[in-house]
Amino acid sequence: MGQWKQKTLTRKNWMAFTGLFLCFFLVIHLLGNLQLMLPDEKAHLQFNAYSHLLSGNIIIKIISWVLYASIIAHVIYAVIITLTNKRSREVKYHYDKRGEVSKWYTRNMGLLGTIIFIFLVIHFRDFWYVYKFGSLPLDEQGHKDLYKLVVAVYSETWYVLVYVLCMVALCYHLLHGFFSAARTLGVYHPRYVQWIRVFGWIYSVGICAGFAWIPVYVHFLK
Amino acid sequence: MHIRMKIWRQESGQDTGKMLDYELADVNPDMSFLEMLDMLNEQLLEQGQRAIEFDHDCREGICGQCGMMINGRAHGPLKNTTTCQLHMRSFRDGDTIYIEPFRATAFPVKCDLKIDRSAFDRVIQAGGYISVNTGQAPEANSIPIGHPVAEAAFDAAACIGCGACVAVCKNSSAVLFTSAKVTHLVLLPQGEVEAQERVRHMVDQMDAEGFGHCSNTEACEAECPQQISVLHIARMNWEYNKAQLLKK
Repeated sequence: MGQWKQKTLTRKNWMAFTGLFLCFFLVIHLLGNLQLMLPDEKAHLQFNAYSHLLSGNIIIKIISWVLYASIIAHVIYAVIITLTNKRSREVKYHYDKRGEVSKWYTRNMGLLGTIIFIFLVIHFRDFWYVYKFGSLPLDEQGHKDLYKLVVAVYSETWYVLVYVLCMVALCYHLLHGFFSAARTLGVYHPRYVQWIRVFGWIYSVGICAGFAWIPVYVHFLK
Repeated sequence: MHIRMKIWRQESGQDTGKMLDYELADVNPDMSFLEMLDMLNEQLLEQGQRAIEFDHDCREGICGQCGMMINGRAHGPLKNTTTCQLHMRSFRDGDTIYIEPFRATAFPVKCDLKIDRSAFDRVIQAGGYISVNTGQAPEANSIPIGHPVAEAAFDAAACIGCGACVAVCKNSSAVLFTSAKVTHLVLLPQGEVEAQERVRHMVDQMDAEGFGHCSNTEACEAECPQQISVLHIARMNWEYNKAQLLKK
């Protein structure tokens, strides 16, 4: 320990960098997924062609490795930070009402993050793993038929329900995470802090509403 | 007023300590919280028991000495108030009040409600000063510092180092305290010279003392008797990142 031990502010910087990259990824991911909402025939071929395009491109491949690294680093730093924080108060308060002066989701980023992590495991298993390593039938253009898989998975009511609930958790995580990242990186001018707060709200609600709407739409209308 | 209390009693730093029950009758609602504790101590001394030790000094809300967790909140139920400026009228007759010391690994309990906050002193010693002698206070109108800048620096300098920010923080983080000093000095020409070394040394010391990370919950600002803004934390992060990038 000692020499190589990172400073608290450096760790938080890494949380911010990886978190903001994941925020950026969510935008691209949502835009891609919105193709599922196109009319049936068009959505089918276009979504599969889009998936095929992504899986073959070297730039996308590099970005995907950065993405995996970001998720892992974000989780590892979260664990290190949480463990350090636990040591910073060894004797707990007997009577604790400190929650009255801060918002619940700002205090429970770890819990929300764990929900998102569990969601990611399910999400990777059902789509990413099946697409990469499973045997999917081909569509008429010769692309792996991810579209059919998506429609089949989203036909399960409980699955859609879990999805929507996880998106609520994600929304609260983003709501604090985006704003907190900006503060960690040092945005201190009151005007820009205000802009970031407003933008963070629009971003978080927009992203999560979009992601939650897709399975509901597919479940009821496809 | 008739008040019931559960108060943390601890003989010394080595002792484990526990919550004990106390009762006090005829409490005047206009008493300050510390006066109520004085009254309880007199009662204890008359009964031949050891008085409850707690930190206090000016009792005017400006020194930052007093500080305890009252009903699970730093400095009690009011926002932005020191313990000495809290009055018994904020409680109801027959209430049970929980009183504990500020808790953080970096603030060891010395006795009962009294804690050792010298970790803050060491953070200041690490860089919260200007190395050269700047002389006596000059005539205010002759210093080339604009009024808004002087005000902003003074807002940051208003921190009284009471430790409520650490006590209320879920991570026992000291960034509000440290950032107030960093911002105060970086805003002024005298302090700007050493800005980079200062922020790095102060953050290093803050970490070495065992304070936690900042989660930006902003609870510290809500409890701070001087309403030190959380934007100072952002300013410190900015200064720290700049200092790390430009480090030779």
